[in-house]
Amino acid sequence: MTKQKLSVPFALLALLMTVMVLAQYEVIDLYIQTIILFIGINIIISSSLNLVNGHMGEFSCGHAGFIAVGAYVSSVLSVALFTQDRVFGAPLLPPQYAFIGFPLVLLAGGIAAAFAGLLVALPSFKTRGDYLAIITIAANYIIITLVINIDKIGGARGFMGMKRVIFAMEDVAEIPWMILWVFLFTVLSIIAIRRFVSSTYGKGIIAIQQDEVAAEIMSVNTNKMKLIAFMLSSGLAGIAGGLYAHVIGYVNPKSFDILKSTEALVMVYLGGMGSITGSILSAVLFTLLLELLRPLQIIKWVAIPLLLIILMQFRPEGIMGNRELSDIFPRLKKFYRFK
Amino acid sequence: MTVLKITELTQYFSGLCALSDFNIQLEEGELVGLIGPNGAGKTTVFNLVSGFYQPTEGLISFLGQPITGLKPHQVTARGIARTFQNIRLWNEMTVLDNIMLAQHSALGYGIRDLFFRTGRYQQREHEIRDLAMELLDIFKLREVAEEKPKNLSYGLQRKVEIARALSSKPQLLLLDEPAAGLPSRDVVELIDLIRWIHREFKIAIWMIEHQMKVVMSLCSRITVIDFGVVIAEGTPEEIQHHPDVIKAYLGDDQL
Repeated sequence: MTKQKLSVPFALLALLMTVMVLAQYEVIDLYIQTIILFIGINIIISSSLNLVNGHMGEFSCGHAGFIAVGAYVSSVLSVALFTQDRVFGAPLLPPQYAFIGFPLVLLAGGIAAAFAGLLVALPSFKTRGDYLAIITIAANYIIITLVINIDKIGGARGFMGMKRVIFAMEDVAEIPWMILWVFLFTVLSIIAIRRFVSSTYGKGIIAIQQDEVAAEIMSVNTNKMKLIAFMLSSGLAGIAGGLYAHVIGYVNPKSFDILKSTEALVMVYLGGMGSITGSILSAVLFTLLLELLRPLQIIKWVAIPLLLIILMQFRPEGIMGNRELSDIFPRLKKFYRFK
Repeated sequence: MTVLKITELTQYFSGLCALSDFNIQLEEGELVGLIGPNGAGKTTVFNLVSGFYQPTEGLISFLGQPITGLKPHQVTARGIARTFQNIRLWNEMTVLDNIMLAQHSALGYGIRDLFFRTGRYQQREHEIRDLAMELLDIFKLREVAEEKPKNLSYGLQRKVEIARALSSKPQLLLLDEPAAGLPSRDVVELIDLIRWIHREFKIAIWMIEHQMKVVMSLCSRITVIDFGVVIAEGTPEEIQHHPDVIKAYLGDDQL
């Protein structure tokens, strides 16, 4: 029992310490560090979209819209609160509190994105399938167009200044802060999703996926469950957006268009619908693949969709299908029960 | 005590009258049948009672409370559970999960308990699982608890569906053609099972059935409908010899 309870947290802690120490003493350079950070962020993005598209079986194609909401809300908040900025003026709070305030700012971005999630949750009560897909694309464009038209946050030029928040944290302690935050929020997101879908409460959304009529008649409040799943999914996407904005130090509405949503979809289908471990695995593979194909520049957007077509031909259920890693290697259950 | 009371229930589907002026009253612990030829409107009645359709006119009340206008999950939460003519289980989930999930309206914990795995969550999940396990034992389905319903035989799927309906602790169970598609050996077993559920769970059961053997041997009272209109009501013997019923089922012999 103790072995089962402690081995995974211990392994995660060891992984975090190793990466942080390696980054601290510059054994791994900034480029590799950024890739590691992107892997974490993409894990949150793919597993949160998987909640809606995989577990619940709806088809949402506008995930980038919620990433944008989280990115912008948390960026504006952290810049206004902790740094001297041209638009927002003097910091509202002493910059040395940035390291305490930052996770709260990220959460605020997540909450804002969760409410933006209502944009797709409410129409999902009446329609599903293709029609809902179109509505979610519309939601993505509504959000981007809104951002472009708010001049105070940079409009189409984008918004920057988040690096100064990181510097404010580094003034307190000289450690790779972003690795810590990305790691923490990735782990928390996975725990939240896992706890949700492994409870009888959360399995209501799996019932919706398999037979919505039976779910509604057999006591599942389908509208409420859809609302919760969409809000949880977009809220986590918002947190991923906040992390992304602070890793890059710059956000631009263009980086959250339909291409970003497509990336998220590719990761979900690559990993397998409704498989959390599949989403994690595919996020890792996909991020590395994107980096390997970087020399191809724009041609990589020929290679990646091609990969998706090949995958759909030969393994339509994705890498993991709807199984978890512990279903394939039952021995893992000794360390951790995934269901 | 009256469990279900339906008064002047009428349902139109864009001009087509599927049910007109339907009345019935079910008392506590009764086992009542609803029969009629194909397309007579039997399943429409069940869909109206379970809240899947909203009636054009009429009133449905359950245990003295009106339930017309409630959503299906709210009706289930009040204590009406049903099965479907074409079995509708969640096929990619285990049998155990299917049965646990039917308690969704009475989980007794909130989303906060779920994320923080509070004591309340642990305790309730335990109770939900125990109740489901108990039902599996009663229905002799313990061995297939971890199987997916789609891998089970048709007869077992029927049993799982009935167990799932009972998992929501209903006061009234609606069975929509439970014997449909079963071989005759299983039909005998089903009759015993329904009789046993009726006695053991002390609930009212209202069933739609085509096979006369099932209805005649189980129900104390039968309603016959044809083209959305009640054509006869009474005990099995009365129904068997009712001229209108014979006409509806066998056709008019005075051609």
